[in-house]
Amino acid sequence: MKIYVCVKHVPDTAAKITIIENNQIDEKVTFIINPYDENAIEAAAGLKKQVVDAEIMAVTLGKAAAESTLRSALAMGADRGLFIRSDYHPDSLVTARALKAAIELDGKPDIIFCGNESIDSEGFQTMFRLGAALKVPVASNVVAFKMEGPFVTAECKMDAGSIGVIRMPLPCIVGAGKALNKPRYPTLPDIMKARKKPIRTITLDSLDLDSPAGSMEVVELRPAVEKRRGKIIGGPPEKAVQELVGLLREEAKVI
Amino acid sequence: MQKIGLLIETNAAGTKPALNGVITAARGPEHELYGLVFDGKGAAYRDELQDYGIHKIVNVESAEGLLSWNPDNWAKAIVQVMEQLGINILLGLTTSQTKDVFPRIAAILDAPLLLDCIGVDLETLTVEKSQFSGKTIATFKLRGTHYLFGIRPNVIAAHPSPVTAEVLSLQTQIGDESLRVEAVKKDSAGTMDLSEAQIIIAGGRGMQNGENYRILHECADVLGAAVGASRVAVDAGWVPHSMQVGQTGTTVSPNLYIACGISGSVQHFAGMKTSGVVVAINTDPQAAMMQHCDYGIVGDLFDIVPLLTHQLKTTLNPE
Repeated sequence: MKIYVCVKHVPDTAAKITIIENNQIDEKVTFIINPYDENAIEAAAGLKKQVVDAEIMAVTLGKAAAESTLRSALAMGADRGLFIRSDYHPDSLVTARALKAAIELDGKPDIIFCGNESIDSEGFQTMFRLGAALKVPVASNVVAFKMEGPFVTAECKMDAGSIGVIRMPLPCIVGAGKALNKPRYPTLPDIMKARKKPIRTITLDSLDLDSPAGSMEVVELRPAVEKRRGKIIGGPPEKAVQELVGLLREEAKVI
Repeated sequence: MQKIGLLIETNAAGTKPALNGVITAARGPEHELYGLVFDGKGAAYRDELQDYGIHKIVNVESAEGLLSWNPDNWAKAIVQVMEQLGINILLGLTTSQTKDVFPRIAAILDAPLLLDCIGVDLETLTVEKSQFSGKTIATFKLRGTHYLFGIRPNVIAAHPSPVTAEVLSLQTQIGDESLRVEAVKKDSAGTMDLSEAQIIIAGGRGMQNGENYRILHECADVLGAAVGASRVAVDAGWVPHSMQVGQTGTTVSPNLYIACGISGSVQHFAGMKTSGVVVAINTDPQAAMMQHCDYGIVGDLFDIVPLLTHQLKTTLNPE
C-alpha cells in the first residue's frame, strides 16, 4: 500500500516574524513541521501498522531549508522523502499541481494524509485542490478514521459540536485534525535512522506544470498592530465589577 | 451588472447573524446579490435577507428535492448555480461549513480563494487576511475568471440597506457521489458555535477543574454568550476540545471576549486576537492577557465572575 503524507515547513508560532523586502518574512527564525502535519504522519504510521506491506512517502514543496521538515517526517515514521525544491513560495493553485506531479512521478497513491491546515499562510485549501487534480475525494478536519477494505470512514468535525461521518473509497485524501491522534515524539534512534532514509529531490521548474486559470499574489505585508485600551480597574471586587459593566455598556458599547 | 453569490448558512434558529456583515461587504453600485439557500426556507428568510440588500434568494435543489449536507454535492451544486446565473464572485463566512465547501468550489473552477478575510474590496479584487497566527496582515490581489471569498465572522460591521427580494428555485444535477455522508451526529458538547459567537467567556488554568466552568455558564446565560476554554483546560481533560479557543482550537472574533484565569499564550492569542473588546480577569497582573486587554481586573475569578453575573443581571434585566 502506498501512503503519501504532505508536509510543510513553517515558522514556529513563537518565532518573531519580521517583514523584509518584497513582501517576505525573514526566514532566519525557527522553523518546524506544521503541527497538523504531525497528526497526518501519525495517522499514516498507525495505518502502516494495520496493513501488510505499506510504505509511507513524505512529500514537501519548499526552499532548501525545508529538508529538515522531511527529516522530521522520516523520524516520525515515513520511509522515504520527496522534496520539491523551489526558490519561492507559490500559491496553493501551483502547490497542489506540484504535489500531484511529484506524487505521480513516484507511484500510484492508495491514500494521502495532509494536515488539515497550515499555521503560516492559513489558506485552508491546498489538499482540496490536490484532490481535484488527482480526481480523488477529500475529507477535512478528520478527528477519527478507519479503513475497512477499499473504503475509509472518516469522522469530520463540523460547526457547533456536530460530527459528519463520511465514507469514501480509496484512493482518497484525509485532512488530519488536531484531535485525530497524539503525534509521537521521535526517539534518538528514530532520528538517527531518519538521516539514512532516502530523499529524492526534484525542482519545481523541472515539473513543467501547466499554468492555473487564476492566482493570488501578496501585494503588501504588514505587521498586525494591536491597540487595546489597557485599562486595569482597581478597587474592591464589587466596585470593580460595577465599573467594568458600566464601561462595557457606556464606553465599549458591547452589552 | 456584477452578479455576486453568497452562501447563506443557516441553522435551527435561521440565517447566521454574522452573514449580515458579509452581505454588507458584498453590496455596491451595479452589484446584484444572490443568496443561496440549501434548506428550502428561502421565503422564510426574505425579510432578514432583503433588509441587508439581497436581491434574489435562490433555493438550491436537485431532482430528488433538497440537498442534504454533503460538502462535495453542495460544491458541485453551487458551481452549477454560478454557471446558470452568470455569477463569478462568491462570498461566504468562514466557518467549518465554508471551509469544507468553498475550497472544493475553488478546486473545480481552478479559481483563487481567500478564507478568513478581514477586509475585502470587490472593485479591485483585493482582500486582507491575517497570517502567521495573527502576527501579520497580508493584502492579496486576485486574478482569474472566478473569485471566492470567505469573510471572518464579525469583522465587517453590518448596515441595513433594504431592497425587495425575489425568491426563486434552481435545479441542479449532482450525478455520482464521490463521497457519502452517512450521518451527522452531535458530539458531547453540542453547544453554541464559538466561531460565530458575538460574546464569549472563556476559562483557562485558573478554573482548576471542569465543574467550575458552571460559573462561566451562569454568566454566559445572562450575556447570551458562548463558553470557551484555553488549551490548558482541554489538555487537562476539564472540557472538550470543541470549547478550545486558539491556534489548534477555534479562531474566534466576538465583539466581547472575557478571559478568566487565562495567562494568554501566543497560540491562544492567535485564536482571539481580533476580538472587539477583551476583558481579562486574572490574579496575575503580569499575565500576557492582562497586558493585552481593553479592561482588566486583577482578582480571583471565583470572586469576580459571580459578581459579574449578578451585576449583569441587574443591568441587563432590570425588573
